[in-house]
Amino acid sequence: MALKDYQDMVHRCFRCGYCKFTSDYSYVGFNCPIYNKFRLESYSPGGMMWLIYASLVKEEIKPSKHLSEILYSCTMCRNCSQECKFQFNEDIVNVLKAAREEMVDKQLMPPMVGQFLKNVYDYGNPYRELKENRDNWAENTEIKHYEKGDEFLYYVGCVGSYDTASQKAARALGSVLKKSGLSFGILGSREICDGNEVDMLGETGLFEFLKEENTRIFKEIGVKKIVTLSPHSYNALKNSYSNEFEVFHYTQLLRDLIKSNKLDLSGGFEAKVTYHDPCFLGRYNNEYDAPREILAAIPGVELIEMERTKENSFCCGGGCGNFYTDILGGGEDTPSRFRIREAHDTGANIIAVACPVCVMMLEDALKAEGLENELAIKDISEIVNEALL
Amino acid sequence: MGREKSIYNALVDIVGEDFVSNEPEDLYLYSRDGGTTKPRGVDYVVVPKTVEEVQQIVILANREKVPITPMGGGLTLNGLVIPVHGGIVIDMKRMDRIIEVNESSRYVVLEAGVSQGALLSYLRKNHPDLQHSMPEAPSIATVVGNILIRGHGSLSQCGDNSNMLNGMEIVLPTGEICQVGSCSASPHWFGKGPLPDLAGLFIGWFGTTGIVTKASLRLYPRPEKRDMVLFVTQNPDLIPELVYKLTQTRIADNIGMMEQEKPEYMKGYQFTGVIISGDSEEEMDYKRKVLDKIPQTCGDGENKVTLLGEIPPSSKERFLEEPPFAAVAADFRKGGGFQYCAIMMPIEKVPEAWRRGIEIAHNNGMLFQCANQVMSAGHEVMFGYNYSFNRADEEDAERARKAMQETNKLGLELGGIPWKADLQAQKEIVEKMDPNTRELMKKVKKLLDPNGIMNPGNWED
Amino acid sequence: MDIYSSLANIVGEDFVSNQEEELYLYSRDSGAQLPRRADYVVAPKTVEEVQQIVKFANKEKIPITPMGGGLTLSGLAVPIKGGIVLDMKRMDRIIEVNEKSRYALLEAGVTQGALHSHLEKNYPHLEHSMPDAPPMATIVGNIVIQGHGHLSVSCGVNSQMVNGMEVVLPTGEVCKLGSSSISPYWFTRDPLPDLMGLFIGWLGTTGIITKISLQLLPKPKFRDLLTFTSGDVDLLPDFIFDITQLNLMDNLFVISQEWPPWAQGILYVPIVSAQDEEEFKLKIKLHKELLRKYEGKITLVEGKHAEKMRTARLPVPPVTLGVMAADAKQGGGFEYTGGIVPIEKVPEASTRSVEIAHKYGQPYLLGYQLLTGGHSMMCGLAYCLNRADGEDVEKVRKAIDETNKMILDVGGVLWKAEAPAQSLMVQRMDPNTVKLMKRVMKALDPNAIMNPGNWSD
Repeated sequence: MALKDYQDMVHRCFRCGYCKFTSDYSYVGFNCPIYNKFRLESYSPGGMMWLIYASLVKEEIKPSKHLSEILYSCTMCRNCSQECKFQFNEDIVNVLKAAREEMVDKQLMPPMVGQFLKNVYDYGNPYRELKENRDNWAENTEIKHYEKGDEFLYYVGCVGSYDTASQKAARALGSVLKKSGLSFGILGSREICDGNEVDMLGETGLFEFLKEENTRIFKEIGVKKIVTLSPHSYNALKNSYSNEFEVFHYTQLLRDLIKSNKLDLSGGFEAKVTYHDPCFLGRYNNEYDAPREILAAIPGVELIEMERTKENSFCCGGGCGNFYTDILGGGEDTPSRFRIREAHDTGANIIAVACPVCVMMLEDALKAEGLENELAIKDISEIVNEALL
Repeated sequence: MGREKSIYNALVDIVGEDFVSNEPEDLYLYSRDGGTTKPRGVDYVVVPKTVEEVQQIVILANREKVPITPMGGGLTLNGLVIPVHGGIVIDMKRMDRIIEVNESSRYVVLEAGVSQGALLSYLRKNHPDLQHSMPEAPSIATVVGNILIRGHGSLSQCGDNSNMLNGMEIVLPTGEICQVGSCSASPHWFGKGPLPDLAGLFIGWFGTTGIVTKASLRLYPRPEKRDMVLFVTQNPDLIPELVYKLTQTRIADNIGMMEQEKPEYMKGYQFTGVIISGDSEEEMDYKRKVLDKIPQTCGDGENKVTLLGEIPPSSKERFLEEPPFAAVAADFRKGGGFQYCAIMMPIEKVPEAWRRGIEIAHNNGMLFQCANQVMSAGHEVMFGYNYSFNRADEEDAERARKAMQETNKLGLELGGIPWKADLQAQKEIVEKMDPNTRELMKKVKKLLDPNGIMNPGNWED
Repeated sequence: MDIYSSLANIVGEDFVSNQEEELYLYSRDSGAQLPRRADYVVAPKTVEEVQQIVKFANKEKIPITPMGGGLTLSGLAVPIKGGIVLDMKRMDRIIEVNEKSRYALLEAGVTQGALHSHLEKNYPHLEHSMPDAPPMATIVGNIVIQGHGHLSVSCGVNSQMVNGMEVVLPTGEVCKLGSSSISPYWFTRDPLPDLMGLFIGWLGTTGIITKISLQLLPKPKFRDLLTFTSGDVDLLPDFIFDITQLNLMDNLFVISQEWPPWAQGILYVPIVSAQDEEEFKLKIKLHKELLRKYEGKITLVEGKHAEKMRTARLPVPPVTLGVMAADAKQGGGFEYTGGIVPIEKVPEASTRSVEIAHKYGQPYLLGYQLLTGGHSMMCGLAYCLNRADGEDVEKVRKAIDETNKMILDVGGVLWKAEAPAQSLMVQRMDPNTVKLMKRVMKALDPNAIMNPGNWSD
């Protein structure tokens, strides 16, 4: 919906600030990743609501570059919508998205955001990588392209396809699926961006195009069920695409495969593991159990929860294209570094994640914190893969 | 280099570029709050991390004669941290360390930016047997801000929160850092006395006398069980007697009263809620039993106090939650504007305040809605007149503004005093004040802040 | 006109004196401080008289020392630099009691005993928090020194219960503070800039309080005390934490005395009260149950010793063992260091004060009172003295000095400290705080006529 559809709501925010906390006050500090870093009132959900009202609804102040920096600093982790006590809470992220649409219309996006969108438009991925290299990660594996009759399309997404750290997860998941005996395939160089970030960044036109294009390809080759590596893809495909496809995040699928004894995990994985909930799996899609059930099923895994967990999980800072635009980057107070320190405090030696964006963000932060010798980041797909006999 | 630029640069030198702004978008937010106060200009906002940074900002402001307005949560709704004469807003919320909790002597030492929510979380996690008196405000409200406006909390039977203060660290308007309370002469922050009470110089002054950077606040036992008992009356004349009887029992943690005209079935009823607590069912039972007997001791044949047997669990939760979220009612106009006018008054003035409050609301085309609180062990009442408005509708805001002004006048006429008074009400208070007291106030301000840089425009005539 | 005549013109000849007999009394108190000479004593009746005296003193640059009961034992109302002692006790009107908003408005000379009687007679459901002091102590005096009372644990210390004041400033202006500055009602200290702090804890150096509004509290129908005994002082912080966690006491005395022998060790005396019998029994029961956790290390005292404690400590004000013990030397003198310390420091303070007592050949005599709901403790470390024996007085003075330093060493602060002990604190104080204190004193009292010599370094 466009901003005008929210005109009767935008001014309703009281800026009371509940949106900055966790739900149960279990954590001392702020759970809004941007306010936690910037600490000016502008960089908070309420501040944004008021500024959107002032600049884009009431036109008291002129939309500017700085406004754009503020609006695009948010990762849309959805903590605010969850914690806001008022009836309009769901609309907080929607209003922000609608405001970003206006910024795109006015061509006021921060340069890196513009670059992100342009790259996706030109290349089908934000990295300006060639389409034909999209499945380079699958070389020398048994992972094949999707063929008619395969039960699942394995949709990898841009980050899993191109980012070195995340490619490991992509391969691991492929290997696990293979061992389960499931019939599946990838799109290879025909895969293009799912558009989740594009949508969140307010480029509606491009998102519509990606949606149509992806849907066309899926239909053309007869896809019915999709399993995604990334919760971001999962969110877009499940909630914004037509409902003719059955979409799973891979943790849901693996959980079911384990339950029906299709995966023999008796190889085990000896580690103290803490699990970081990705926003697009958790707060957006309410899936907190599947990853934990998988970890619980692996012999040797000792799961230690972080202070902020499940619906109180703290965003890694990578959402809304931040893994590329890096608006939240720099300094000790970046969300990913906060999160690494929190994970370190649990005494775990593995941070398990279920999202290629989180993998990438947390890997970088781990290095910045200098904790590589004490902690390692592993996608759940990798852990499962190692535990398989 | 222009003056503006040079001040900006000097601020950047002090706190770093990320934590100072003079961009219109950031200033927009610091120029207004959620109440009806009209926006007022701000020139810079700074977010310091350390007391030394605050000190340097104050020294700079003295040199440049730029006003400073220290800000906590910014939630007074009365524009107390919106500068009157522009200048620098110091957002204190980055100074957010909880430095020490002393369990035996029950206090917490914290920096000025620590929010109510953060302290609540910290205590629940590390000292689950202890609690602080939590105001009925959004959790982002700061502990220090609440003390300085003399706010009250969930344990107001032990006094308001400024009464629970053990000591402070302050940056004086002239830049010196000093400590008041036991901490000035001891490593421990256990008490305000028995020294000359310097803390008073900074309490209730709305930032005109200095910037509090640390405070020690008393903590209290946290009982295992809490419950609410609700009484209903249909005539506000009964309230002083009811409150007297209730406070005489000495068993309440907190006593509040309310009335609202919407939904319709609530109209015309005054609800008096008593929060009780205890560590065992036995203790709770005797407290309930004591309260059960109250209706028999109040009123006459015609006017009765009724004990509400069944309270829907959802409304109970709303009041028992910590912090309570009664403010959800603020959105009933769907307008994002909420303003209330709080008057401290003697308890015997409550009936008149009630009736005339209804008149004011109706005369301004608004519904009457009040939420009141009994202070300490039954010594005064904070009468809160609520005026929700639509922030998008200037006419509506103007109506709320007018109702506010009339209510403040009513409060003063009844012998009450507006709490956290806005500029207009401050002026009315100062006008009404004993002239020698007014002079003393001025003398203190002048003494501490010779250049008049601290939140100027407040407490002036 | 000479000073005497000018003063006589203001208050009338009957109420001013510069005769040796009066001056002798006003030059000393019953503590161990050496006498210091007062030149005039004046007993005004009205605020206007106080105002005129202050104006006169400014003109003549004569020091003024306001005095209430004069019972601090630390010479706080004995002038350091001579001049006029202003005995406030003639200003003894109880002006108003507001029952619903529970406050009493009274003049500065009203004594604890007078207010107590007034309430008993006219408002039997209300009481005020009465200090563990002789009934001649004044309400205002107790507030100004930040004293505590028999409801301190449940309701806070007395300076927290002030709703408002009328003050004569050192420059002669009369002003009202608190709600009374803008309202006919004296119901609150809130929500104005706090000016009352300027007169609390300053020991008369910033002005003269002429009226005060004090909060009154519900008076319970049932009251009793329990006596627990323990041999282990180190258990004290934990036990106090647990007993205050119950949140059911009005007051808690802790006593440790060498004499009588049954009072050795640590005696805990919680005072419990209630409005009805069932509530009362439950409270007593819950307190007794607490002892289970301490398995014989802290036990209930019953029988004649408990009865003795009841006789001494239950009345309001209590007939303190201190007062009785004060006469141990039959020497009419008594002094103690009042150290306010964090609760976890009490064991150390106790042990060390026993050592000091023995070093000076004194029996130890410790009387503690918990402040507010378990936030700090007033440690009264007492010494009796024989007023007739100069050597004895000197010995006690030394013991007091050593005890003062000990309290400061353990991180405590001295309560109603005598001038030299005030200096000890000022010397240890944050220098910027000292500067601020001096700035305030200078601003209010440019001619430095108000009880000069106090709070100096």
